[in-house]
Amino acid sequence: MSHDHDHEAAHEPVSYGIYFVTWLALLVLTAITVTAAGLHFGALNVLVALAIAATKATIVLYFFMHLKYETTIFHRMLVIVIVTLAIFIGLTFTDVLFR
Amino acid sequence: MSTHSIALEQHKDYTGSKIAIWLFLITEVLLFGGMFLLYSVYRADFAQDFHHAAAELDTLVGTLNTLILLTSSLSMALSIAATHHGNRKLALIMLALTVIMGGAFMVNKYLEWGAKISHHIYPGSEVLLARPKGEIIFFGLYFTMTGVHGLHVLVGMVLLTVMFFRVLNQPASEVRFAAGHGLQHAAGGRLAIVDERGTPLWKGERIDGTVEHIVVKTRYWPVKERFRVQDFNQLENSGLYWHIVDIIWIFLFPLFYLIT
Repeated sequence: MSHDHDHEAAHEPVSYGIYFVTWLALLVLTAITVTAAGLHFGALNVLVALAIAATKATIVLYFFMHLKYETTIFHRMLVIVIVTLAIFIGLTFTDVLFR
Repeated sequence: MSTHSIALEQHKDYTGSKIAIWLFLITEVLLFGGMFLLYSVYRADFAQDFHHAAAELDTLVGTLNTLILLTSSLSMALSIAATHHGNRKLALIMLALTVIMGGAFMVNKYLEWGAKISHHIYPGSEVLLARPKGEIIFFGLYFTMTGVHGLHVLVGMVLLTVMFFRVLNQPASEVRFAAGHGLQHAAGGRLAIVDERGTPLWKGERIDGTVEHIVVKTRYWPVKERFRVQDFNQLENSGLYWHIVDIIWIFLFPLFYLIT
């Protein structure tokens, strides 16, 4: 009646604590991004906001979405989608910026 | 009395289902990626208009909704962790909290949209169309992107509500024996539940020629020591969806509320 031979069952339970730390980190980053928006870095403002958003997204992916514990195929899938988006946006801007 | 034990094997491809949900999430990212591309191109063209229009959005409401969604992601993750620890009650409470916070996000969104619409700012309104082109585009993108995102939150809430009842009743597995498919092993005997010493706890009717199907349904809650991730992969996959909706909001928030 069992799947004892099943290696996938060997996941160690993740402790609750790590999720609270993840959540706190996300709250701190939210506070930083709201504060940073009030300062004037000029064109840097967008880059700062996007860098913080990307950091928050990475934290959610790695800890809440368990990417940290997944095999390489999941990381590769993610790299492919990020590269695809970068190509889309990059190529569009080579057109838009030099019209 | 001879006993026949029949292995209750159910094939569940845990990794396969996880890859499938990630592929789906990638299509979601590309869907929003297209809208983010539109946003960035128009923002490059109408930087000033975007700044003015964004100043009209309430940063406080945006921040509040960010906090709500981040916290709902925490409760989602805790709900899944609770299943790993064999804590069914905590899993259900956290799942319910996640849905409630999703609801709170939608209520905020409703009030926010309502306020804009009552000021005659909505796609196609005459008041909005009288404004500079960049502001019309900004609000068009705002309603489209937060609208599609809100729709995802709603879908997530429905999904998690279904999962709540799944967790309440699950994990259950069902095995069917039909004539020609294992029923011959049981013919002439009885279905019984026995304890580890073989003492029957329950006995069924004698299985004779008139029996065409036997359905065995087991329902159990795994304890920490005997936990199988496969039993909760639907909950985990729904959680992944909830988190991707959170990630999309993480990008929407600064781009719409914080560019003043």
